[in-house]
Amino acid sequence: MDRDALEMRPDAAADWPDRIFDTLKAHAITQVALVPDAGHARLIRRCLADNAMRVITLTTEEEGVALLGGAWLGGAKGVLLMQSSGVGNCINMLSLAILHRTPLPMLVTMRGDFAEFNPAQVPMGHATQAVLEAMGTLVHRADRPEDVAVTVDATIRLAFNTYRPTATLLGQRLIGAKTFGKD
Amino acid sequence: MSEHPDRRAVVRALLDERGDLLVIAGLGASAWDITAAGDCPQNFPLWGGMGGAAMLGLGLALAQPQRKVLVITGDGEMLMGVGGLATIAVQKPANLSVVVLDNEHYSETGGQETATRHGVDLAAMARGAGIADARLLISLEAVPALRDAIHAGAGPLFAVVKIAMGNLPLVLPPREGAFLQARFREALLGPAAHHQL
Repeated sequence: MDRDALEMRPDAAADWPDRIFDTLKAHAITQVALVPDAGHARLIRRCLADNAMRVITLTTEEEGVALLGGAWLGGAKGVLLMQSSGVGNCINMLSLAILHRTPLPMLVTMRGDFAEFNPAQVPMGHATQAVLEAMGTLVHRADRPEDVAVTVDATIRLAFNTYRPTATLLGQRLIGAKTFGKD
Repeated sequence: MSEHPDRRAVVRALLDERGDLLVIAGLGASAWDITAAGDCPQNFPLWGGMGGAAMLGLGLALAQPQRKVLVITGDGEMLMGVGGLATIAVQKPANLSVVVLDNEHYSETGGQETATRHGVDLAAMARGAGIADARLLISLEAVPALRDAIHAGAGPLFAVVKIAMGNLPLVLPPREGAFLQARFREALLGPAAHHQL
């Protein structure tokens, strides 16, 4: 088994990460907070290369919930990128987004979701959507490449139009293709 | 412990002639302290999100690089989000200061000891993370120089101020989180804040 299959990296030919990047730019997102995931690697590279974006690598995902609350206090728009396992780390901090009515779009790459290899990914992956919804987050899913841009766009709009945490779950069926080391 | 300064006196000295300083306070006594010093729209007192105060300060400081941002929080709150020191150090926001009021106890929950009571040195942890200006203060007389450094904006700056134990009378800020956020944004961004998309 090769490492890319283990880490569920998208196929190098898949361009939906670029469509996410375009969507972030269209919404004038300037703070990109993240704990890296292989599924977001291409998007992260695009954000790092953009001078108008500040990429903030976190030590734990809950930092990003607080960070983007501060960004919005200062009039900046941000997005939180993470793997499904990171959603569990955010639970209590999501209280802030509910309490203060903070726009908080989250883009979550799923593990433990579709044809998973690693048993350790299943408990949190299975609970991801339920946990987000239990904490007041409106959740959409994208499982096909053609659904990604429109779903991410809707997730960002819903957050900033209606002042609440929102999330797109990027399904493992979408990101799970083997790359055989080409990416 | 008893020779350490009173937390309200420390916060009053930190906020002396604050100008347009933006202030975030961690949940509990730190939020009561900034309110006792004078509630205003440029205060953002937290009622929850323990461990998040310094990161709120980072997001705000990055969004408003021309403004000075001060986070005031307790030792227990900072310990819960101590990884954020690494995140702040990497981002190096010159306009961000984090001041920890350290009484070495969880005072809101009955005075249980925190790790700093047992020698854990938050200033050393900040320095180890890469925040070069990390200070330890043990007297009220040292606070005005810290206040001046906060306004100088040559940060990121981290300071631990040892304070006396004991719960002071509650001075509560507004509890409604949407109001706290909206009034802060309006004071900073003007009425257009309410129409931002």
